[in-house]
Amino acid sequence: MSERTLYDKVWDRHAVAELPTGQTQLFVGLHLIHEVTSPQAFGMLRERDLEVAYPDRTHATVDHIVPTADQSRPYGDDAAEEMMSELEENVREAGIDFSDPTTGDQGIVHVVGPEQGLTQPGMTVVCGDSHTATHGAFGALAFGIGTSQIRDVLATGSIAMEKQQVRKIEITGELGAGVEAKDVILAVIRKLGTDGGVGYVYEYAGDAIESLGMEGRMSVCNMSIEGGARAGYVNPDETTYEWLRETDAFRGDPERFERLKPYWESIRSDADAEYDDVVTIDGGALEPMVTWGTTPGQGIGISEPIPAPEDLPESERDTARRAQEHMRVEPGEKMDGYEIDVAFLGSCTNARLADLRRAARIVTGREVHSDVRAMVVPGSQRVQATAEEEGLKDVFTEAGFEWRNAGCSMCLGMNEDQLEGDEACASSSNRNFVGRQGSKDGRTVLMNPRMVAAAALKGTVTDVREIEEREVPTA
Amino acid sequence: MSTDDSGATEAGADGGDGPVETVEHVSGTGVPIRGNDIDTDQIIPARFMKVVTFDGLGQFAFFDQRFDDDDELKDHPMNEERFQEASVMAVNANFGCGSSREHAPQALQRWGIDALVGESFAEIFAGNCLALGIPTVTADSEAIADLQKFVEDHPDAMIDVDVAAETVRYGDREIDVTVDDAQRTALVDGEWDTTALMRSNAGVVDETARALPYVDD
Repeated sequence: MSERTLYDKVWDRHAVAELPTGQTQLFVGLHLIHEVTSPQAFGMLRERDLEVAYPDRTHATVDHIVPTADQSRPYGDDAAEEMMSELEENVREAGIDFSDPTTGDQGIVHVVGPEQGLTQPGMTVVCGDSHTATHGAFGALAFGIGTSQIRDVLATGSIAMEKQQVRKIEITGELGAGVEAKDVILAVIRKLGTDGGVGYVYEYAGDAIESLGMEGRMSVCNMSIEGGARAGYVNPDETTYEWLRETDAFRGDPERFERLKPYWESIRSDADAEYDDVVTIDGGALEPMVTWGTTPGQGIGISEPIPAPEDLPESERDTARRAQEHMRVEPGEKMDGYEIDVAFLGSCTNARLADLRRAARIVTGREVHSDVRAMVVPGSQRVQATAEEEGLKDVFTEAGFEWRNAGCSMCLGMNEDQLEGDEACASSSNRNFVGRQGSKDGRTVLMNPRMVAAAALKGTVTDVREIEEREVPTA
Repeated sequence: MSTDDSGATEAGADGGDGPVETVEHVSGTGVPIRGNDIDTDQIIPARFMKVVTFDGLGQFAFFDQRFDDDDELKDHPMNEERFQEASVMAVNANFGCGSSREHAPQALQRWGIDALVGESFAEIFAGNCLALGIPTVTADSEAIADLQKFVEDHPDAMIDVDVAAETVRYGDREIDVTVDDAQRTALVDGEWDTTALMRSNAGVVDETARALPYVDD
């Protein structure tokens, strides 16, 4: 078992009781809710005549079904309107803060929490969404949960969990040009497998992780779940504190910041902490990654050939064969040159300001390929507003990108933004599963935001390192 | 197609309704679903999640694998007449990976599945199954391949998943399976509904919260 890691310390501070099942009842410091996975939980609460135990520790937003074009109410999609109305009623009745689209604070739940300072080091964070792992970037223990567990959290402010093992994943060295956080996590999943993290929480460390900004750390932690890990985290440091200082939670309250900082420092993993497993990856050797298949573990460097299924471990061959048939790729080919129809810059993995800024450096003064439908969907209304102020919107729209409103959009295709037929999509999102982007014949290629920008311009998957970055003109 | 949304169990649930139900074993015929890394987007595609209740999800389980663009049936075990009454699903590795949507096990349960036997399960999926009283038991890949073949050859044969004894019996065979300790205790002792269990500690929850620096009074 691990000892004296951030995981152990935060777990101990939040442990309420041991349950008869051997699980631990953990206090939940922040419960984020959205419209897709919470209505049934509120329904169960009503059936049992229970109230929300800690409305002040709960925060709501709407992201999965929200239209990214016309947001006037009622929504054009009746089902979406019903889900939105249900959420509005639930949060009003319970007295829960709601970043709804009229506030200017709405967005993807994993973008909203960190940008408002709701997510803080040493917290436990849960949400009915597997990408809750994102919040681990702040040194929080953050878990995606199901709807029955949402009911538990609403009713009791706590959750039943089994303690997991901790694997330290050290990314050494300095990331090369064009290589980003997204490439780091795709490389981790490739190495350890999509189920390699089952039973583990991942602690990301090493020079390459420490030199990432908060947005990059969030991208890494976000996809822990694609590696099978229940959560991922980075120890808090000065980078973390600088981000927090500028959030709503602390901007006007520096005393609160100073009061909490010792706690944040105290929960860092000790230098001599014990881990159940340690894995080291040379970050300096990575290149931009792209997926060739239909799981996030099927990724390669942009200059590498697509593997032959028979060269993979036996358990992966069948999945690889079916994936290659679906994606229409052949072993030995490279993904460089793979034709795309759609470019999607968005999602909780890569739709933060830093992501849009980097992509804009590729797009500035250039044009989207005539055969490509390209869209930018900012992660939140705040990201959108700032990007517009900075002139990023102009860069993208002048190049031919659609500039849409905040939401999950084409990451999973629960609103009108979906792939059609067998379209191929260069996507900054987190999943390339068959059907994930709304069409069961659609083909998704995961990559970092600058790579998405490059693919949009070229009309094919391409090595972004071949495109010269340009200064974005100030608005 | 099967649209059994009653959620009724063939056997296994030892009576009683609601939170105190125990699940010591599940018996029923099987259905094989082959393939590793079957994600929850496949088990219940996102477009069927535009609902505010779980009712009616059974008919959409594995929808895109079972129906073509014109809603015509495709080749899929869950479309085969001989598997329509199945309640034990035999699956491979990393089943239920991806999205945390509880809609996935809800859809399977409402189609008629009361237990899953597989090589491995994604953790949130297994947790969601537990919350519904559905055991997710594991065995090695050879044992699973054998079980899947048996189910294929004997669609009417009973598969008995004994959660307490950690065995699966079928035909003249009995194999050892692994059940996560907490899952076994919760199912066998009828303590898988955690809300009541945790509500009884409400006072300690408050104390724990107050001792945390970030929780304001």
